Amino acid sequence: MFNRAQTILIPVISVALGLLIGAVVMIVSGYNPIDGYGALLKGSLGETFYIGETIRQITPYIFAGLAVAFAFRTGLFNIGVEGQLLVGWIASVWVGLAFDLPKIIHLPMAIAAGAIAGALWAFIPGILKARLRVHEVIVTIMMNYIALHLVNYLVRYVISDEQNTTDRVPESASLKSPFFEALTEFSTMHYGIFIALAGAIIYFIILEKTSTGFELRSVGFNQNASEYAGMNVNRNIVLSMVISGAFAGLGGAMEGLGTFGYGFIHGAFSGVGFDGIAVALLGGNVAIGVVLAAALFGILKQGALIMPLESGVPTELVEIVIAIIIFFVASSYIIAYLLQRFKKGAQ
Amino acid sequence: MKKRKFGLALSMVLAAGTILGACGSDDSEDTSTDSNAGGTEEESDFTVSMVTDTGGIDDKSFNQSAWEGMQAFGEENGLEEGVDGFKYFQSNNDADYVTNINTAARNDFDLVFGIGFLLTEAIEQVAAQQTDTNFAIVDSVAEGDNVASITFKEHEGSFLVGVAAGLTTESDKIGFVGGVESDLINKFAAGFKAGVEAVNPDAEIDIQFAGDFNNASRGQQMAAAMYGSGADVIYHAAGGTGNGVFTEAKNLKQQDPDRQVWVIGVDRDQAAEGALEADGEELNVTLTSMVKRVDIAVQDVSKQAMDGEFPGGEVIEYGIEEDGISIAETQDNLSQEILDEIESYQQQILDGEIEVPSTLE
Repeated sequence: MFNRAQTILIPVISVALGLLIGAVVMIVSGYNPIDGYGALLKGSLGETFYIGETIRQITPYIFAGLAVAFAFRTGLFNIGVEGQLLVGWIASVWVGLAFDLPKIIHLPMAIAAGAIAGALWAFIPGILKARLRVHEVIVTIMMNYIALHLVNYLVRYVISDEQNTTDRVPESASLKSPFFEALTEFSTMHYGIFIALAGAIIYFIILEKTSTGFELRSVGFNQNASEYAGMNVNRNIVLSMVISGAFAGLGGAMEGLGTFGYGFIHGAFSGVGFDGIAVALLGGNVAIGVVLAAALFGILKQGALIMPLESGVPTELVEIVIAIIIFFVASSYIIAYLLQRFKKGAQ
Repeated sequence: MKKRKFGLALSMVLAAGTILGACGSDDSEDTSTDSNAGGTEEESDFTVSMVTDTGGIDDKSFNQSAWEGMQAFGEENGLEEGVDGFKYFQSNNDADYVTNINTAARNDFDLVFGIGFLLTEAIEQVAAQQTDTNFAIVDSVAEGDNVASITFKEHEGSFLVGVAAGLTTESDKIGFVGGVESDLINKFAAGFKAGVEAVNPDAEIDIQFAGDFNNASRGQQMAAAMYGSGADVIYHAAGGTGNGVFTEAKNLKQQDPDRQVWVIGVDRDQAAEGALEADGEELNVTLTSMVKRVDIAVQDVSKQAMDGEFPGGEVIEYGIEEDGISIAETQDNLSQEILDEIESYQQQILDGEIEVPSTLE
């Protein structure tokens, strides 16, 4: 186990190394890394419009990261965040379109629908794991594909009349924010970021401040010991997956009610759910870490879009940087070892 | 107890949503209303950009074709790649469309193309906000006075390659691999089916959709199943997924060079995708391709915009007549009889004697 300072140092060093190696890659491929990173910063934080877009980008990353992290703390690997996000997305849009209610009821209901759909989608691998010991990684991966094609079918044949997109959700179920849009010169920023931050606080409270959270973490550390201590391991596995799925579903609701405001036929996975795995890993599976990691990912991904325009550096460079960061986080023992050597040398 | 706490937590999320939601509707829209849509400045200052869908400009399909058109336009008019000339914006996922289109408009490009029907909603949204910029959407129809919609009569071209398929098949089984089931891809399927039926009423056509434009391995599986059940010609309208169809066809041809395996390409002349070498012999599994000249459309509309004649609010349809649709120039695998037959059907479509259906019934 690492001590406290190390758990903070390792991600920071990984990010620094990732950016450093990214700079080397830029030099080798004939670009100026200062221009490149300058453009990246400008494109993510340099103008109010870009800030708005970055915050919008961060929102689903927080939820996806929380979803992966929550399951991970219980010793489960939820690869199905992508699928849970998609069903949450379409469920929230569906509820948004199907009812005509005052905003104070309609919007929470649509958001809740997203969470419930995600939770149900994660319940299936949870119950299969608990009852039959089917490995959740396999089931959640498969469920992603089922979700993708089910959602596409629903969009085309059930919610819309053979269209490629659903109608836009009415204002009463929309997270869109004319206020922020005006403030950030028509970026797609919406109120979801506050819900995401609230989600992170709830994540912290459930895991760290409740006895349920204690049980969940305990099962994550050692199933046998937990069972011996009188905890119901199977129940905790299902519960963990359900809560994880609810976070993922909320992420989908943010996209469905906020960023887009409608559902559409997905030609491929959105990728947010998979990036959530990296966000959780980098964030050390704790609430504040996930928020910070999501912010970093949002900045990198958003800035990447502007890099080619401003500095000619292709967007793919950011993928390389992210991959290197994840590589170093994943091999954190190397960094911990080096830190120790460094300390000893100093003494 | 535990359950109650969890319930409390959940209701807190909802409460947060409610509180935040309540403050959502207290701001007026202040769209800048300079209302100069359709007007362009001097010719030399003209700038144009395009936003790709997730395929990117090297998708060997319509994104690439559009970019080639834009490069040709730039060369013709002495523009340089960059903010002061022409530029593309790559979208890495669906959420990037609005951001990229908006970024393009904010960087003062006079005309912004959205490439592909997936960008329709995004173009409409940004066009309503950025009224000083002109927009064009390829493959779809979008609302707005500052938006030109560019569509193609893919069903006509698909009809012609359907004729080629119907005359070439020996097993009377023909496959169709579509990307995502949608109005656009149905146009390809409907035209193709009509073309096959016109020359070969006995042929069976198996129409399937991959559900993905970017999944070559899925395309390969579908092609393997179709060829396995006796089909000998497959027409793909599936972008990157279609590359898997080529891979499977080439594998089969490699194993048995005498076997009849054909692929019909889409969007660009895909003869290069089908080339292989078996037993020291140069072979090609590409029967022909349904070429959709996105590049011509991009050049055309850019030119009109530069001349101050931007067709805002209009739907421009490119068909055989407008040189927007044709069969590929590479015709090595088509016999003269088939070419003559295609030629005659093409004339009938041009003369209006044949009305090609654009939807599956």
